[in-house]
Amino acid sequence: MQRPLNRLTTKLEVRRLSKEEVYRIVIDPKDHRDVPLTLITDCPSYLMTKTGSWRTLRPIVDNEKCIKCGICWKFCPDVSIHVKEDGAEVDYDFCKGCGICAKECPVDAIVMEKEEDYV
Amino acid sequence: MSEMKIVSGNFAAAYGAKLSRVEVVAAYPITPQTEVVEKIAELVSNGEMDSEYVKVESEHSAMAACIAASNAGARAYTASSAHGLALMHELLIWASGARLPVVMTNINRAMGPPWSVWADHHDTLAQKGTGQLQFFCENNQEVLDSVIMAFKICEDADIMLPAMVVEDAFILSHTKEPVEIYDQELVDEFLPPYDPEYKLDVERPFGFGSLGMPDWYMDFRYKIAEAFEKAPEKIEKVNKEFTEIFGNDNGGLIEEYKTDGVDVLIVTMGSISSTSKDVIDELRKEGHNVGLARLRTFRPFPVEKFREITKGVNVVGVMDRSYTFGHGGDAAREIKDALYGHRDLILKDYIVGLGGRDLTPKILKNIMLDAISLQDKGLDKEIEWVDLRINQERWRR
Repeated sequence: MQRPLNRLTTKLEVRRLSKEEVYRIVIDPKDHRDVPLTLITDCPSYLMTKTGSWRTLRPIVDNEKCIKCGICWKFCPDVSIHVKEDGAEVDYDFCKGCGICAKECPVDAIVMEKEEDYV
Repeated sequence: MSEMKIVSGNFAAAYGAKLSRVEVVAAYPITPQTEVVEKIAELVSNGEMDSEYVKVESEHSAMAACIAASNAGARAYTASSAHGLALMHELLIWASGARLPVVMTNINRAMGPPWSVWADHHDTLAQKGTGQLQFFCENNQEVLDSVIMAFKICEDADIMLPAMVVEDAFILSHTKEPVEIYDQELVDEFLPPYDPEYKLDVERPFGFGSLGMPDWYMDFRYKIAEAFEKAPEKIEKVNKEFTEIFGNDNGGLIEEYKTDGVDVLIVTMGSISSTSKDVIDELRKEGHNVGLARLRTFRPFPVEKFREITKGVNVVGVMDRSYTFGHGGDAAREIKDALYGHRDLILKDYIVGLGGRDLTPKILKNIMLDAISLQDKGLDKEIEWVDLRINQERWRR
């Protein structure tokens, strides 16, 4: 019998993840014996950490100009821009503001603006 | 029914993996390890072994594949040597940090340049800080036994670490000896299937190898240190259990050969131990009070055991088949560490047999006589390189 590797959980959160609920339990082990052998997480880290907070420049899309070619989506290294019916839509939770979409857009529909102007 | 076969150390390793019912083997060939994986490939292809055999493009990938397999809950095994092992370095550390009981066989071979394929412990000892348990084998039977025992030790809930079972290039890897291939049912009883609680499973997803922030990382490293502290006792226990079931005692942490009440203790590792034991017999017949300790488990280093067996000893002569530049022979240095503040004795480090240089009974006897002579004359030199061109006359006379 293997002793279970306890999960490391740091924060209470109940999230809906696809069909099943993922529960996170509050544990901040003071007793060293409660620390798991290694870090195994039961919840995708993107639910916990919004890496978009690292951004210093924000892509702004002008959907009047957008031709929905999908080049921005293809080039985005973080899959943080999606082309929808009305044009391109940035996922600001994860966009880190690298500006590749703006650089690659063939019709210059995306401009990079200072994040501080939006916070 | 167990059967005796005349096999090389490499085949013994392969049969050890087969008897351990490893589920995934990923390896890349390198002299002198090639036969290990060739034999396993043959056993898998003719249906004698029920394993997934993964052909990879490098040793780095071999260990990566084993790590993934182990994370998925499979018993994983690989084998390598020298430069191949060095290429695996990053993943050796990953396996221990991820607490995965991957077992590998490493054939001890010198690192180039000068290019060499012969016996030398430097490759293994350069990995001593990677969180792998390290078992040095003396003969082919021990190679087979140690693979089975390593899985048992490593999969223990208190340990959960990877291990290296090592054998000397050619002297063991390509030399055939009678080896008992145990009854599969007996091995199954000794080594139940590996079944970890958390594994890669698309139905029950977990994240492995996540980021550990500075306020967590250290606690996990301490967990590994704790496992290493528990390992010596576990190794002795598993060795005892193995001996009871299979009748072969491989010595656990340190194999003691005629060490009771000796004045001079010789320490060896690996294949030179057999020849050394004959020389010990000869010296004892001549009236010298000398015994031999074969250092079998290098990681965890058997600190307590060394303190125990050096009680009343005047001189410890350590033969190191490796040398860490700017420091010394690995075993001698670590034994000194263990004895500091506990024993007041003379310790001399003999650097021997690098790159497969032959160690004849005559040379070994001269080394032991030198150690014996230190009782009267005191320590002349902390480290002595034996049988170099500049001093061959002295050691071969």
